[in-house]
Amino acid sequence: MARNVSTGRKLITTVVAWTIGILIFFPILWTFLTSFKTEAQAIASPPVFLFFDWTTENYAEVQSRSDYLKHFMNSVIVSFGSTLLGLLIAIPSAWAMAFSPTKRTKDVLMWMLSTKMMPPVGVLVPMYLIFRNWGLLDTRTGLVIVLTLINLPIIIWMLYTYFKEIPGEILEAARMDGASLSKEIIYVLTPMAIPGIASTLLLNIILAWNEAFWTLNLSAAKAAPLTAFIASYSSPEGLFYAKLSAASTMAIAPILILGWFSQKQLVRGLTFGAVK
Amino acid sequence: MRVPFSEPRRLHTGDAMATLHTRSAARLMIAPSVLLLLAWMIVPLAMTLYFSLLRYNLLMPGMEEFAGLTNYTYFLTDPAFFQAIFNTLAIVLGVLFITVVGGTALALLLDQPMFGQGIVRILVIAPFLIMPTVAALVWKNMFMNPVNGLFAWLAKLLGLQPFDFLANAPLLSIILIVAWQWLPFATLILLTALQSLDEEQKEAAQMDGAGAVSRFIYLVLPHLSRAITVVILIQTIFLLSVFAEILVTTNGGPGTQSTNLTFLVYAQALLQFDVGGASAGGIIAVILANIVAFFLMRMIGKTLEA
Amino acid sequence: MNLRTFLLGTCSAAALAGLTHAGWAQAETLTIATVNNGDMIRMQKLTDDFTSKNPDIQLEWVTLEENVLRQRVTTDIATKGGQYDIMTIGTYEVPIWAKQGWLLPLDNLGPEYDVDDLLPAIRSGLTIDGKLYAAPFYGESSMVMYRKDLFEKAGLTMPDAPTWEFVAEAARKITDKSNEIYGICLRGKAGWGENMAFLTATANAFGARWFDENWKPQFDQPEWKNALDFYVKLMNDAGPPGASSNGFNENLSLFQTGKCGMWIDATVAASFVTNPKESTVADKVGFALAPDTGLGKRGNWLWAWNLAVPAGTQKAEAAQKFIAWATGKEYLNLVAEKEGWANVPPGTRISLYENPEYQKAAPFAKMTLDSINAADPKNPAVKPVPYVGVQFVAIPEFQGLGTAVGQVFSAALAGQMSVDQALASAQQLSTREMTKAGYIK
Repeated sequence: MARNVSTGRKLITTVVAWTIGILIFFPILWTFLTSFKTEAQAIASPPVFLFFDWTTENYAEVQSRSDYLKHFMNSVIVSFGSTLLGLLIAIPSAWAMAFSPTKRTKDVLMWMLSTKMMPPVGVLVPMYLIFRNWGLLDTRTGLVIVLTLINLPIIIWMLYTYFKEIPGEILEAARMDGASLSKEIIYVLTPMAIPGIASTLLLNIILAWNEAFWTLNLSAAKAAPLTAFIASYSSPEGLFYAKLSAASTMAIAPILILGWFSQKQLVRGLTFGAVK
Repeated sequence: MRVPFSEPRRLHTGDAMATLHTRSAARLMIAPSVLLLLAWMIVPLAMTLYFSLLRYNLLMPGMEEFAGLTNYTYFLTDPAFFQAIFNTLAIVLGVLFITVVGGTALALLLDQPMFGQGIVRILVIAPFLIMPTVAALVWKNMFMNPVNGLFAWLAKLLGLQPFDFLANAPLLSIILIVAWQWLPFATLILLTALQSLDEEQKEAAQMDGAGAVSRFIYLVLPHLSRAITVVILIQTIFLLSVFAEILVTTNGGPGTQSTNLTFLVYAQALLQFDVGGASAGGIIAVILANIVAFFLMRMIGKTLEA
Repeated sequence: MNLRTFLLGTCSAAALAGLTHAGWAQAETLTIATVNNGDMIRMQKLTDDFTSKNPDIQLEWVTLEENVLRQRVTTDIATKGGQYDIMTIGTYEVPIWAKQGWLLPLDNLGPEYDVDDLLPAIRSGLTIDGKLYAAPFYGESSMVMYRKDLFEKAGLTMPDAPTWEFVAEAARKITDKSNEIYGICLRGKAGWGENMAFLTATANAFGARWFDENWKPQFDQPEWKNALDFYVKLMNDAGPPGASSNGFNENLSLFQTGKCGMWIDATVAASFVTNPKESTVADKVGFALAPDTGLGKRGNWLWAWNLAVPAGTQKAEAAQKFIAWATGKEYLNLVAEKEGWANVPPGTRISLYENPEYQKAAPFAKMTLDSINAADPKNPAVKPVPYVGVQFVAIPEFQGLGTAVGQVFSAALAGQMSVDQALASAQQLSTREMTKAGYIK
């Protein structure tokens, strides 16, 4: 920072920014706190903020009812699997679009994005029938396939914008040295593209982790990820805020922690490579 | 600055043989994803189109018969149809407005020097990582509930009557919840864009005696326009089919006040189990989405190519 | 390359999972879809008892919120997806699905099952052409739950069979908004199984009906206007804020935390509101029959959550074994032993209501039984109707139609439209749907 800023102003900015940051974060914090309350404390009025008898009974209750680890593993496999498969298909395409674009490249890209605008409910029954015929219902393979297809346009678009960043001169030099197409990709392009690929990977894992329509409707017991886990706590009989909070915390914590630890890549990912 | 849609690169000029070679290779490399997406689009779409012409209720199998355009007539004359279109647009535009304006303000704030900027960024980014279902459940039950919610408690603390958000302002409540989820996205993109604004440019403008407001209008805003375009493009894609938030909070009601097009199709498909009607609705939604996509494309094309 | 090996690993793991899925496992695995209601969650926790008796059967649970569950199982059974071996379905679905041939008759429940012990009212709704197609897990009617302390304070006495007039008067008297006491809590959340279950049943008491003998919707008739007008006014005067988004669960929380003077809802709630672990008013609750208006019908419905076997399953025998366990007499004893008699799933067996221990532990037992017996699904309204069902109309179209009408009535309750507008809109909606479905020629 080259600017000279008075400490006073910096303090004010700090206070304002922290206040807003905490306000935005508050619903999540509140969920976390509530997950350690008893059900009665969870709806107490006036609400209790920090001074209550912290209990982990809600977590025990949730764990005794559903196999968290199974849902968690399904979420991990489905979101990582679909993202990696998507990358595998998307990298060559995005590379080709970035380095030998044609007049139609832009249209193809926009068309790909537009496939994401189809409301999924409209095609649920056809998809269900296809899945049934291919024996893919309630399999992780099936969910990986669907999520790959759903996120493919975003993956291609992101990679495309990153690849465009790579200066063409480098490739030209490599070609002069007689590098073949595959060598060009492996030795020249990949190292330069890794930050972009990492960002893409991260963002798509998040999108896949949180996808709740297909994962819920095409799975039953064996492949059900955390989105289905949440659906069994959403409005049960009796008081449920604390148990819901515990289940919610368990469902969102992994991705929240992943997101925080890789914040730098994630921010780059969020910008879709289009903004520097 | 990156230029996503630019002319072919210098790389290929004077390299005709390589170009020919790469061209066919390029096609080969694009082929898998294009073919996959084509299949992903066409197979369900074709089936949907076929179903949309049938009288087909899932609960009454074996009674399918050709129905012509009846399903379309019913969907288009549904009393909720125009409201659904209005609500769809209201959600998209409302969320875009809040996230773009709020995101710009927040980005400007976060761009200032402060203590613990990294932590504030962590706090701000969090809502984007949350499952939509969880976000909606938390807002509905723990905040907007007029008896047990925190807002009700705040209102009572201030001596006001608790406001029943989901009954009296359903669409606004949904817009707020969705905007909360997307605000981090807009903020972070705009912040990254802001940080790339040349420090020297800013200082030069300051020396010229430009005030904060005119600096913002003539220097910062044009610089942000590309980032804003990206925000609009990506968010529109996701916002057109907002669904989980509506299902969890208002179920489209009261009445049809918070029913959007996706939810209307859902009601046909999973409440009535009317596959024919839902298919017709799906086709209509695809057509409308493509109209939106067409406009978006023109807008994006202009801003991003400039 | 790292990426590739990882992906290969993932793929083969997925493929492996697919293989085991195909069913090489030694033990048979039953996939059971159920609702996340308290009694089902208890059943899930007690399944060790079943698996220890049947070591060759394993259980996989899919526990979902009611609406999500209904969509999942309906899609699956109608497309013959075959994902579940046992489904939890309501009294509404059983006859419709059985007629489609989607359910297997339960003819192999074993000698100890004692089908004749099932309550006749509940059993007849699950029997088609003399065959039982689903076994009731718990059954319910509706009744009035009220706070004895608040009634006493207001100088009121609740009769065993109150009228709507009395209920409304009492509700207004008890209401004390500054202390967050609301005279009456009723369902307002839109949905055929939410507000429309209550309103349809209540409308019966007011002499209204959904359709006349020719399937013509009746929302333009004065009876409906009386019923809806009465409900909206009462809720505005004596109901809690946000009533239009309150369903069974929301009202249960309100009542348990002492915010409702009366609550008219499912009899199954009785064991929750009298459970001191969950309810702050456990020792202050009284019960009465659902109110009437002197026209001869009470607004008490009939519902049961049942276990059924979809026709597509390969594991029918194991599935029936499980159903016999979960809905049998032994299960009631098991719950009583572990959790006390008051927590036994109610409303399915005659023997339970004859059990003195149950009668002692459950003060609501008699009222529940009377309510269930008073419901008359074959003859629900004052005037003749072409349909079966008290709080629903047992036709496939009702889910969609009931929910759409429920939305409109919910909007009327929220004050977003007038009662007249709501009724006109409901009439238009249902005429449209019934024409589309071919009932109205």
